[in-house]
Amino acid sequence: MAAVTEHLTHEHPAERLRTNRLGLWLFIASESFLFAALISARYYLLGTERSEHLNQALGFAISLVLLTSSLFAYRAETAARFGDQRGFRRATATTIALGLLFMVGVVLEWREGLAFFPPSTLYGSAFFTLVGFHAFHVFTGVVALALLLFVGRDGRFGPENHWPVEGVVKYWHFVDVAWVFIFPTLYLVK
Amino acid sequence: MAILKGIAGAVAGYALGFAVVAAAQLAMGNPVGGAVPVVIGSVFATVGWLLGVGLWRAWAREWFGLEPRLDVPTGPGRYFRFNTDHKVIGVQYLVTFVIVFGLAGLLAMVIRWELITPAADLGGDAYNQVMSLHGILMVAVAVAAVLGGLGNYCVPLMIGARDMAFPRLNALSYWLIPPVAVLLLTAPFVGGWDSGWTAYPPLSVVNAGGQVLFVVAIVIFGLSSILGGLNAIATILRMRAPGMTLMRMPIFVWSVLAASIISLLFTQFFAASLILVLLDRVAGTTFFEAAGGGNPLLYQHLFWFYSHPAVYVMILPGFGITLEVLTHFSRKPLFAYKGAVAGFLGIVVLSGIVWAHHMFTSGMAHFMNIPFMALTELISIPTGLVFLSALGTIWRGRLWLRTPMLFALAVLFNFAIGGVTGIYLADVATDIHLQDTYFVVAHFHYTIVGGEIFALMAGIYYWYPKITGRMYREGLGRLHAVWMFLAFQLVFLPLFVAGIHGMNRRINEYVEPLRGYNVFASVAAFVLGAVFLIALGNLVWSWARGRVAEANPWRATTLEWTTSSPPPPHNFEQTPEVVGDPYPYGEPGAVHVRPVTVPTIAGGSE
Repeated sequence: MAAVTEHLTHEHPAERLRTNRLGLWLFIASESFLFAALISARYYLLGTERSEHLNQALGFAISLVLLTSSLFAYRAETAARFGDQRGFRRATATTIALGLLFMVGVVLEWREGLAFFPPSTLYGSAFFTLVGFHAFHVFTGVVALALLLFVGRDGRFGPENHWPVEGVVKYWHFVDVAWVFIFPTLYLVK
Repeated sequence: MAILKGIAGAVAGYALGFAVVAAAQLAMGNPVGGAVPVVIGSVFATVGWLLGVGLWRAWAREWFGLEPRLDVPTGPGRYFRFNTDHKVIGVQYLVTFVIVFGLAGLLAMVIRWELITPAADLGGDAYNQVMSLHGILMVAVAVAAVLGGLGNYCVPLMIGARDMAFPRLNALSYWLIPPVAVLLLTAPFVGGWDSGWTAYPPLSVVNAGGQVLFVVAIVIFGLSSILGGLNAIATILRMRAPGMTLMRMPIFVWSVLAASIISLLFTQFFAASLILVLLDRVAGTTFFEAAGGGNPLLYQHLFWFYSHPAVYVMILPGFGITLEVLTHFSRKPLFAYKGAVAGFLGIVVLSGIVWAHHMFTSGMAHFMNIPFMALTELISIPTGLVFLSALGTIWRGRLWLRTPMLFALAVLFNFAIGGVTGIYLADVATDIHLQDTYFVVAHFHYTIVGGEIFALMAGIYYWYPKITGRMYREGLGRLHAVWMFLAFQLVFLPLFVAGIHGMNRRINEYVEPLRGYNVFASVAAFVLGAVFLIALGNLVWSWARGRVAEANPWRATTLEWTTSSPPPPHNFEQTPEVVGDPYPYGEPGAVHVRPVTVPTIAGGSE
C-alpha cells in the first residue's frame, strides 16, 4: 500500500509508517466528534431518561462479543507483524465472525426495540440513530477485515508490510471504544 | 476521458442505489419512491463517480490486492483528471471556486435587484431559494477556496515538501466537490429549498424535496473538508524540510494548520445535525418534532457548534495571507510572530465554546446568555494579537503598494469594522434588537468578504506569478483593489444602518422608509459586481499572454520563491535546508534557507 505514496512523497518507509499513523489518529479524532454529537443529542433531549423495555442482557452480551473481538483483532495485527500467516488468517476470521455476531445481536435488539420504542418516540430516535451509526461503523470494519483476509491470502503481510492490517485493526479498536461510551449512554444511565 | 468515466460511474451508481432501495421497498410491500431511493442513489452515484474518475485506477485497486496505476499526465489535460500533484489540485480548487463565486455573485445581484423596491418583485418562495443558494454557495467558497486552493498549492512549497502527506486522499477531497455542485444545482428542479444555508428545523423537516439534496450535498462537502483538513495537518506536522522547525514556518502555514484543526473536528457536527434532519424527514424519527417530544433548538446547538468555528476556518487562512503579504511588502520581519501564532491557536480553542451567541433570541435557557456573551468577547484578545502583529509589521515599514499589499491593507480596515460591529452582536442587550437584521448581514459580510475574500484576492495576486509563471497587469490589479474596496464600503455600510432601523434579513419586501438604504446598496452592489469582470479579464488574459514571470518577482524570502515559476512537478531541484526565520528582512547576514543554485529553467516551463 505504501509504495505509491512513498514514491509520491519521497519518504523513507519508516517515516511513511509514522505519517500513516498520524493520519489515522486524526481520522479517529474526527470520528469521535461525530459520536460526541449524537451522544450529546441523546442527553440534550432526554437527560438520563431511558425506556423501561430495554433488553439489558442482550445489550451486555453483544458488548462482550464486541470487546472480545478486539482481542482477536490485536492478535491478527501481531501475527501479521511477525509474519505468522496462519495466525493472521485465523485471528482475522475470528474477528470478522464476532463482528457479524455483534450485528446479528443488533438486528435482534432492533426487532424488540421496534415493538417497544419505535423511532417515532424520542428514546427510539436516539436509540436507533446511535446504534445505527455505530453498526454502520462495525459493518465498514467487517468489510475492511474481509478485504485484508482476501488480499493477504498470498502471505503479503509481514514485518515489512503490516500497515494495512495495523490501520484496520486500530480502526476496529476505535469502533469498540465508541461502543463503550454508547452502551452506558443507551442502556445503563438512569 | 476520466470525467466521462466518472459520469458513467455516477449514472451506474445512482441506478444501482435506486434499484436496491426500490427492491427493498417492494419486498416490504411499501410503495416505491419518496426520498430514500434518491438519497441512497445520490450516495452510490458519488461513489461511482469517484471510482470512475480515477479512485479505482489510482487507489481502490490496491484494496483488492491489484497494482494501482498512477500516471503523471502533463499538459492542460492534467487538470481534468484524478491528479495527485498538490499544485494541480490547488489550481483545480481555485478555478472551481472562482466559478462558484461567480455564480453565487450573480445570485447576490438578483437579491439586490429584488430589494431595490420595497415591493415583492420576485415571489417570496423564489426569493428564499435564491437567498438560500447564494448563502450556501458562498459558504462553500469561503470554506474551500483559500484552504483547498491556496493552502494546497502553497503549503507544501512553503515548508519544502514534495507533496502533501496523502496525495491520493488530496485528489479524493477535490473530486468530492463536483457531486456537491451537481446536487445543489439540481435542487431547484425538485422544489429547491427555502431554509437558508442554516437549514433550521422545523422548516427544513417539512419543506420541499430540494432540502434532501441539500443535506446529501453538505454531508459530502463536509467529508471533503474533513479529509482536506486531515491532510493539511499531517502535511504540516510530518513533511517539513530539514531545519523547518514549527516556529520557522511562514505564518500562512500556521493559519492553515489552525483552520484545519477546526475543519477536521467540528465539521462532524454539521454533518450530524443535517443527518438528524434527514432522519426526521425520511425515517420517522422525532429529534426536532416538538409534537413527538423533540426540540428544534437541539439543531441550533449542533449546527452552531460547527458553524461558528467554521467562520474561523474561513478567516484564519485569510489572516495568514494578510500577515504574509504585509511582512513581504513592508520589507520587515513579521512583528510578534509568536503572538500571531498564539492568536491563531487561541482562536481555535475559543471557537468551540462560543456557539450559543447565535441563539440569544432563540428561547434557550437564559442562564446561558451571560457566559456565552463573555466567552465570545474573549475572542477579541487572540484576534487583537493578530491585529497587533499586522499593525506592528507595517509600522515604519517601507510599504510597497502593489496589488497584493493594497488588498492586505483593505483586510485590516474591513476586518476592524467587522470586528467592532461584532461586539454589538455578542452583547445580549444589543443583540436582542439586532438579531436577524441587516446589521448581522453587514457584519458577516465585513468579516468574511471584507476579511477572507479580500485576503483571497491578495493571495491570488501574490502567488499568481508562482502559479501561472506569468505576471498579471499591475495597473488593472490596482484598479481592482481600489474599486472593490470602495464599492464594498458603499454596499455594506448603509446596510448596518438599515439593520439598526429594523430591516430584517431573508425578506423580499420591506417598509417604505428603508428604501433609500436599499437603493443605495443595490446600485453600489452592481458597481461592486462589475469589477470582477475586469479582474477576471486581467487574470485570464495574463495567464495566456502575460509577461513571463521570474522565479521571485517580489524578492520575497520564503521557500516557494526559491524554485522556478511555476515549480517543477517535484517542487524543488534539491531538498531545501532551512537555517533561519522566515522573514529575515533588514537583518544583515540572516537567511531563511541555505542558498542553493537556482534552477536554470526559471519561468514558463512545465
